[in-house]
Amino acid sequence: MNIIVCIKEIADPEAPADSFRLDSEKKILACSPKVLRVINPFDEQAVEAALRIKDTIGAKVTALALGKGLDRVVVKKPLFMGADELILLEDEAFSDGDSWSTVNALAAAIRKIGNYDLILCGRQAADWNAGQVGSGIAEILGLPSVTVARKIEITDGKAKVERVTADGYETVEVKLPSVITVSNEIGQARYPAIQNIRTANKIQPVIWKPSDIGLDPSTVGGKGRRLKILKLFQPVTEGTCEIMQGETPQEMAENLALTLRKEKIL
Amino acid sequence: MTDYKHVMNYGEIADGKIAAITKELLGGARKLADELGEELLIFFIGNNISEPAREAIAFGADKVYVADNPNLKQYHTEFYMAGAKAIIEKENPRFLLFGHSDMGADLGPRLAFRLNTVIATDCVELSVERDTKHLLRTKPVYGGLAMATYTSDDFPQMATVRPKSLTPAEQNGERKGDLIPLAIDFDISASPATILGKFTQEVEGVKLEDAEVIVSGGRGIGDPEGFKQLEEAAKFLKGAVGASRVACDNGWAPTTSQVGITGKIVAPQLYLAMGISGASQHMSGCSRSKKLVAINKDPAAAIFKQAQFGVVGDWKVILPAFIDKLKTLE
Repeated sequence: MNIIVCIKEIADPEAPADSFRLDSEKKILACSPKVLRVINPFDEQAVEAALRIKDTIGAKVTALALGKGLDRVVVKKPLFMGADELILLEDEAFSDGDSWSTVNALAAAIRKIGNYDLILCGRQAADWNAGQVGSGIAEILGLPSVTVARKIEITDGKAKVERVTADGYETVEVKLPSVITVSNEIGQARYPAIQNIRTANKIQPVIWKPSDIGLDPSTVGGKGRRLKILKLFQPVTEGTCEIMQGETPQEMAENLALTLRKEKIL
Repeated sequence: MTDYKHVMNYGEIADGKIAAITKELLGGARKLADELGEELLIFFIGNNISEPAREAIAFGADKVYVADNPNLKQYHTEFYMAGAKAIIEKENPRFLLFGHSDMGADLGPRLAFRLNTVIATDCVELSVERDTKHLLRTKPVYGGLAMATYTSDDFPQMATVRPKSLTPAEQNGERKGDLIPLAIDFDISASPATILGKFTQEVEGVKLEDAEVIVSGGRGIGDPEGFKQLEEAAKFLKGAVGASRVACDNGWAPTTSQVGITGKIVAPQLYLAMGISGASQHMSGCSRSKKLVAINKDPAAAIFKQAQFGVVGDWKVILPAFIDKLKTLE
C-alpha cells in the first residue's frame, strides 16, 4: 500500500504570543529566531495515522513538503518516525501561496509520484487556519475525500473512517484511492525512534522545482495566489482584570462569589 | 461572460427547524444583499425539509431552493456537492456563504475548487468593498493571534462563517418569497463513500453551544475526576462543561466539550476558565463570552489579560469555596 502524507513546516504554534510580532507591510506575523520550526501538529498526526497503517498491514509512506528554505531537521522528522521517503517541493516560487496555489503544486507532485492508495493531510495548518488543502487535492485529482478523521482502518481496498462531528462522530467507508484529513482526536504522534535513525539518515530527500512537476512558477506560491490578503491586524484587547483579594484562597473564592452576585452575573 | 448576482446561503435544518447558524447567516447576508441592492437566496439539501426550509422566507430570504430526496437524508459529501453545484449554477450568485459547521467546513472548500473559485473559511466578519463590490472576508489566523481580511477576483465569492459571529435574522411572518423545489438525480451505486453509522455523545443538561454559563477546564484540572467536580459545579449553575484541547487530548473530558478554534465556539453570559493558560487557540473559541472569569495558579498566565475577573490560586480549593458561598447567597 502506498501512502502520501502532506506536511507543512511552520513556526511553533505553542510559542508564547509575545514571540510573534505583526508585520503589517509583509502581512505576516514575524517571530523571534528563538521560536522553533516544527511540522504543523495536525500534519504530524497525519504521519502518525499513516504509520499506524504501516504497522498493521504494511505500507510505503512518503512525506511530501512544500516551501522554501525548508529546515532539514524538521522535514526529515517523518523519516525518523518511520516514514520511507521524503519529497520536497522546495523553491522560492512555492512560498507564500494560498490554498489554491498550494493545492495546485501538491496535486501536480502527487500526479508525478503516480502510485498511491491514500493521501493524508492535517485538517488545517496552525498558521493560516484555512483547512482546504486536503479537500482541494481530492477535487483536483478527482478523488473522494473524508475530512477530520479520528480513526482510520484499512480493509479490502477501502478505508473505514470515524470522522469528528459536533455531537460525536460518524463512520464513513470510502473506496481507495482517496484523501483523508486528520484531526487531533486521532491521538498523539509517536516520537522519533532510535531504530529508525540509521535508515532515516541514509534517505536523501528528493527535491522538485516547479518545472519538475510541469508547472509554471506563476501558478504556484505567492504568484499563483487567488485569495489575497488585504490586511493583517491584531485586535486590541481592552479592559483590566479584577483580581480577587483575600488572605486565604477561601476568602478570594468568597469574594468572587460576592462580586459576581453584585455585578448580577450570577 | 457569466453575470454573477445576488447573495446565496447554504441553509441547514437542525431538530426539525432552521439551525441557529442559518439564522445568523441570513441576518448577515440580508445586510450584504441590501447593500448590493440584490436578492437573498438560500438553498437546503436533505429529506423532508421543505416545511422548515420555508421559514427562511420569514427570516429574510427572497427565494428558497430545496433539494428534498430520501437519499439526501444524511450528509454525504459527493451528493451534497452535486446538489449544491446544480443549484448554484442555476443562479450564479455573486456571494456564496456557508456556516462553518460540520457540513459547511467540509462542503465549502471542496465546492470552491469544483467551481474554480476561492473561499475564506471560518470568517467572523463580512462586508462589501465599496468600489469593487467584492466580498471582504475577515477571519482569525495564527491560531487566533491575528485577523486577516481577504479579497479575491473570483466568482462566486465564497466564505464559511463562524457560528455566533453574525447577528441572527429576526422572524417576520409578513415577508413574501418563493419556495422552489429541485429534483436532483443520484446514482447511489456510483458513490465511492457510504455512511455506516453515527455516534452521539450523551449530554446531560444544556448543550455547550447553547449554555449561558460554562465551567471550563484545562491542563490544570489534571484528571477525569477533576472534571467530575466541574460537572457538579456546572449542574448547580445550570450550565455546561467545556474543556481545552489538552484536557480532551488527555482523555479527561469528551472531545465534544472542546472549546477553541477547532472545537466549539461559545458565547455564554459567563465563562469560568479553570486551569486554562489562555492560549490563543482556546481563547478564539470563548472570547465572545460576555464575562470571563479565570482561576489559575500562575499569576502570569495569559488568560488574566483577557478575563474581567480573576483568582490566582488552585481551582481545587477555589471552586468548591466559590460554589459553597454562592449557595449561602441563594
